[in-house]
Amino acid sequence: MQTSLTVNGQTREVDHDARQTLLDTLRDGLGLTGTKKGCDHGQCGACTVLLNGERVNSCLCLTAMHDGDEVTTIEGIGTPETLNALQKAFVESDGYQCGYCTPGQIMSATALFEEVKKGAPSYVSADLEAPTFDDAEIAERMSGNLCRCSAYPMIREAIAMSREVK
Amino acid sequence: MKDFTMDEAQPRLLDQTGMGIIGKPLPRRDGKLKVSGTAPYAADTPHPARMAHGVLVRATIPRGRVAGFDRAGIADIDGVIEIVTDARLSRNPTQGMAGEATVQPGDEVHYHGQPIALVVAETFEAARDAAQRLTVRYETTDPGGVSPDKPKDTEIADPETAGDFDAAWGAAEVKVDLEFTTPSHVSAAMEPHAALAEWDGDRVTLKGSQQMLRFNRNELADSLGIDPSKVRILSPYIGGGFGSKLGIGPEAVAACVAAEKLGRPVRVVMPRQTVFDSVLRRSETRQRVRFGATRDGRITAISHDDTVSNLDGESFAEPTTQASQFLYGADGLSFTQTVARISATPAGSVRAPGEAVGMLAFEAALDELADKLGMDPVDLRLKNLPEKNPMTGQPYSARRLADCLTEGAAAFGWADRGAPGSRREGDWLIGMGVASAARSNMLVKSASRVRLHGAHAVVETDMTDIGTGSYTILGQIAAEMLGLPVDAVEVRLGDTDLPGASGSGGSFGASSAGSSTFLAAKEIRERIAEKLGCAADDLTLNDGIARGGNIEKPLAELVDTEIVAEASIEGGKTAESHFSAGFGAHFAEVAVNEWTGEVRVRRMLGVMAMGRILNEKTARSQAIGGMVWGLGSALTEDMQMDRRDGHVVTRDLANYHVASHLDVPSDMVVTFLEERDDMANPIQSKGIGELGISGAGAAIFNAIAHATGARLHDYPATPDKVIAALEARG
Repeated sequence: MQTSLTVNGQTREVDHDARQTLLDTLRDGLGLTGTKKGCDHGQCGACTVLLNGERVNSCLCLTAMHDGDEVTTIEGIGTPETLNALQKAFVESDGYQCGYCTPGQIMSATALFEEVKKGAPSYVSADLEAPTFDDAEIAERMSGNLCRCSAYPMIREAIAMSREVK
Repeated sequence: MKDFTMDEAQPRLLDQTGMGIIGKPLPRRDGKLKVSGTAPYAADTPHPARMAHGVLVRATIPRGRVAGFDRAGIADIDGVIEIVTDARLSRNPTQGMAGEATVQPGDEVHYHGQPIALVVAETFEAARDAAQRLTVRYETTDPGGVSPDKPKDTEIADPETAGDFDAAWGAAEVKVDLEFTTPSHVSAAMEPHAALAEWDGDRVTLKGSQQMLRFNRNELADSLGIDPSKVRILSPYIGGGFGSKLGIGPEAVAACVAAEKLGRPVRVVMPRQTVFDSVLRRSETRQRVRFGATRDGRITAISHDDTVSNLDGESFAEPTTQASQFLYGADGLSFTQTVARISATPAGSVRAPGEAVGMLAFEAALDELADKLGMDPVDLRLKNLPEKNPMTGQPYSARRLADCLTEGAAAFGWADRGAPGSRREGDWLIGMGVASAARSNMLVKSASRVRLHGAHAVVETDMTDIGTGSYTILGQIAAEMLGLPVDAVEVRLGDTDLPGASGSGGSFGASSAGSSTFLAAKEIRERIAEKLGCAADDLTLNDGIARGGNIEKPLAELVDTEIVAEASIEGGKTAESHFSAGFGAHFAEVAVNEWTGEVRVRRMLGVMAMGRILNEKTARSQAIGGMVWGLGSALTEDMQMDRRDGHVVTRDLANYHVASHLDVPSDMVVTFLEERDDMANPIQSKGIGELGISGAGAAIFNAIAHATGARLHDYPATPDKVIAALEARG
């Protein structure tokens, strides 16, 4: 079946199996393999992308349900030659090891900045009206992104560091 | 090829080269690719023309044979090409460094979850649908035992002993005799096992996710019944291994077999559940630890007996007591292992086999001895460090365990910890714990090639980078040796066409492949010295300039034709004359909720001495990663298998709990003490990735005991067990 998506600013018409997830459409249909498959069940966060500006596990999205939607993947964030501040901070802080969960961590953190800016509280926010941006908030908001190499302290250091840059 | 055997202590050339690149916390050279999603992992390969998708089908009985498949049941699925069964398909991944095929069971089923067929289809969706809906007809047989507490058979090894344990135990003034359990664990690397196979005539190329290519090529060739020269494996990027990708797995063999049968490329990616079902797990353990001591705290008797399990036919047995045999001295030591045979997912190497679980029991038991003696746990450890390996009599090559304990205690504020159960913050009980860290160190045969042309060098080896930093540190070693900036060195890895390295496993990769790279670069230094007309000892290479015997020439001019040097290293006499291991001390502070039993780790400190640090940044990440694994094994990781049929119950990441961001404090500190292990290898380094986990979970367990005054003996310390321990304490 046919679905029209806007991926990283470009309109893409995709011809796909009705059962195909957005993750597999991105990877196998469009060749955007920066988005990773870690569990295919919404448990690890490696497939995190922005869907109409909000983060989702793309493995839990059926492509057929997203006609006309806007998707941003890691490829739309910054190339090796044009890394953004967050990507640079990951390199500087060693916020990864094997690198497999990294695109998902970066996409998740990208959305996190916006969520905090909008004042969306989390489970650990002391003030539901005005969440702060400290390590506990980052840790809670990033807990949907697993990293088996366990670079967690360095990932959060990178996120905190790049926010200071901003 | 220059062949080198590690027969005697080697000079510290890397301390004289003077570039200052070794050890420096340089960012990873593959970092930009990883943060932009452009590092190509196995399943990221652009699809070759006519590529088909394969999904493995699992057995749902513990033992028997496959009598057939109900093809009619999937006839409505468009695009299904074939249900591939074949005598060459493998039962499970080969054990690490096997170098040959594992059991190829044909139509037999040996455990629940075993891959029994590959459904191949035009699309992934069709293959997945068909694999899930396919009805399999079985003839079942009695599995004879699927659970370690009711095995079909047990094998008891002869005790390993030194001195007279029975006499020492009988005479001991103070004793602890404790039983611990640890559950099965899995590697759970974030990248599921993936394989893309493509034949060209009688040659096959596998793009796979593999840790040890030199061995994997032989394993795949043996599985397929072809010559290793017909096999090429490419693994430039691996999304984590932790032991799970040491051997060739069922996905790789199945992809090759299907691609050959169908005459088209086939890709097989394991669903996460298949990774749990059919990739080698770490065995659960039952451990009995006995310490006997004098009243003033001298340990006189040590015994550590363990029971682990595995599927029949698998040679691997978790070496649970490895570190218990070299950490502390006693008049008598005794270690006995029992292996229970069960029809269930086979066991193999998971990060730090042996130490990772053995030290959970051993170091917690030692804390209970300290309690009984009324001694500080740090002091008890310091008092019992032996002069030589107590089992073998070998001197330690380099061991700064005492410094790690004392410097760690000072940095962590150990002196202020107070009596057990004495610190409280509201509902939270606060405690501190310590454990020694130890992990035996190895050197494995490894080869590298270095090319130098002008002021540009290339390192080539089939070594892998599984997140460990191989690309970065091998580049640093070559740059340091050749007097070049790191950017002037290119590093090519993960291709069996390149010289065969140790591969990544057992924390020996950096030291082994690093040494062969060092030796190849050293050979190039000798050739440069010849060109310059000076002795190799007089040569200095710095920032692209060669100097020696009052002559100075830029490399760009001196090396106008390419110099190629290949070198290999293997272990030799120093492995016999000395005992090499990494040592350290873990400290943890926890808060335990007295009502909910929840445990929060507040901070951890690891002080470690592990020879020369090659890159402080990647080394620190490895060490922290290991400590977080220790946290996981102490608090959450628990692979459950059904006692009726052995099937893995916790077969995804929602049910098997690896640590997440919220579990891990930001206050995770690692301090490396300066050390050179001259007996280990010519670059004086030792393994890192596994030392971090070894003992870390015990420090957390001991901190829970200090916080609450209650002792647990069954890992992990989930809230139900903590509540029970608090209630038992009263």
